[in-house]
Amino acid sequence: MNSRTVIRTKNLTKRFGSFVAVNHISFEVSAGEIFGFLGANGAGKTTAMRMLCGLSRPTEGEAEIAGFDVYRQQEKIKKNIGYMSQKFSLYEDLTVYENIRFFGGIYGLRPRALKEKSKALISRLGLENESNKLVRSLPLGWKQKLAFSVAVIHDPGIVFLDEPTGGVDPITRRQFWDLIYEAAGRGITVFVSTHYMDEAEYFNRLSIMVDGEIAALDSPSALKQKYHAASMDEVFFELARRAVRQSDEP
Amino acid sequence: MKQVFVFVRKEFYHVFRDRKTLLLLFGLPVMQIVLFGFALSNEIKKADIAICDYAHDATSQKIVQALNAGTVFQTREVLFSHREIESTLRRSDEKLVIVIPAGFSDDLYHQHKAQIGIIADAEDPNLANALIAYAARIIADVQSRVIPPSSLPMQIIPEIRMIYNPELKGATNFVPGVMALVLLLVCVLMTSVSIVREKETGTMEVLLVSPLHPVLFIVAKAIPYFLLSLLNLTVILVLSVFLLDMPVNGSILLLYAESALLIITALALGLVFSNITSSQQTAMLISLLGMLLPTVIFSGFMFPVENMPVPLQVLSNIFPSKWYYIIVKGIMIKGLGFAELWKETMILTGMAMLFLIISFKSFNIRMA
Repeated sequence: MNSRTVIRTKNLTKRFGSFVAVNHISFEVSAGEIFGFLGANGAGKTTAMRMLCGLSRPTEGEAEIAGFDVYRQQEKIKKNIGYMSQKFSLYEDLTVYENIRFFGGIYGLRPRALKEKSKALISRLGLENESNKLVRSLPLGWKQKLAFSVAVIHDPGIVFLDEPTGGVDPITRRQFWDLIYEAAGRGITVFVSTHYMDEAEYFNRLSIMVDGEIAALDSPSALKQKYHAASMDEVFFELARRAVRQSDEP
Repeated sequence: MKQVFVFVRKEFYHVFRDRKTLLLLFGLPVMQIVLFGFALSNEIKKADIAICDYAHDATSQKIVQALNAGTVFQTREVLFSHREIESTLRRSDEKLVIVIPAGFSDDLYHQHKAQIGIIADAEDPNLANALIAYAARIIADVQSRVIPPSSLPMQIIPEIRMIYNPELKGATNFVPGVMALVLLLVCVLMTSVSIVREKETGTMEVLLVSPLHPVLFIVAKAIPYFLLSLLNLTVILVLSVFLLDMPVNGSILLLYAESALLIITALALGLVFSNITSSQQTAMLISLLGMLLPTVIFSGFMFPVENMPVPLQVLSNIFPSKWYYIIVKGIMIKGLGFAELWKETMILTGMAMLFLIISFKSFNIRMA
């Protein structure tokens, strides 16, 4: 793993009126890392991630994605990232192949490259027999794996996954993580937000957000050591207990 | 540009896989036109008429005979007073009453001018029009027979009155109305719903994160519905010309250009609606209440705007469909060109620009 920094934030802040959703967070992520963004609902994970993806404009602070400034170089950032939203984000009334072709086309892949990639993607997911079926007819786990594969079809430098494994069974989640590792192996930096603590062990490094601030940031083993905890669950409870904010994100 | 093509193709998949939308898109206008076509009958045989002959002289007898000679009319009743005319028409037994005033021949030969009354029940406007045309022709025939062509000044002047529906609302009004309605329905409703659906399913976020430029997004969303609307327009025109005998007296090119203008206005409106809502149901409701109802009420094809209270008349001006309706009627029926319609066109263009600016502005705000 090289240590080139691909995400760098400094005092990144988002306010909605008087409510501070994200409060002066600063962190760095290196290329090829699998970086976790953990926190309870309402801790500010999604807001922070939306700022990094360009869906939401920061109130103040700095952020650089893939070496580009979030305020001024949004277009360049967009070419270098992939994104998978909390909601399942493929077109249900399009077939597997049509979805791949659409998103590949939006990211400007050339027809021949796109053809090769979709073929490889379909065989990697074992969807050969389903490629001409409507996505609607696939089980949720397959849809999510497909959505992830589509999010990285253009080989972005960084992919942002916003709670990608919600509502899936443990086996499918495990398979999903295999895909993530595979992508990381290809040099893609993976930035994942989740509230499943059992997934925490999968991350190279992770940050735990409490009340819009980063309460802890390190590798899973270092965090366990620091908080004298046997599992990441305990670390999380130790930190989350201090939360004063209750509600969901605005 | 490649992105736009990819996007437009995707939109067409959506449209063609959604049977219900497709049915609504093309079924509705076809149904409206066909139904209206069958409700109309242009064939006239043995129409019952009433004669109210105060003159009872040689010329009036000739006219009555001539009217009954053909296959078009048959006298069913002979009336003796004005009061009977109204009650006869009200019962709808007769479609036409011919009133020949006393001293008809005298007027014709000595005053060189005689009047004859033709009163039609215009409940069915096309029928009334046709009957009046026949009657007027028969009377003109009689005139040319009884009066030598050289003695020109003498003439019978048919005085025509239509009652019950003096504005002759019918196919000529209905077709431009359906056109405005369908174009708005397709554009506003389909555009806003298709954009809001992307918000609901979460694909919108993915697109916003992608390098697809927002302007291209808007363009790509608009193209399929623009094309479908032109196709729809063609279907309506073909049906109304061949089924309803609607004339297209003006330039068909101008008609399409003006329709394209309305479509753009409607697409922009659909975009505005989709920016202010986040659920498909809301978008649908706003489109229906905000566009369809005003189109039906204020464009003038169902209810005459002139008869409305002044505030409503003023209000009717802000709806694009009203101007489009005036334009389409002008082109199709009166055969007007751009020279006569530039004012309405400018108003429509202004509206299109305004809504486009608003939609682009509000779309950008959502990106922030």
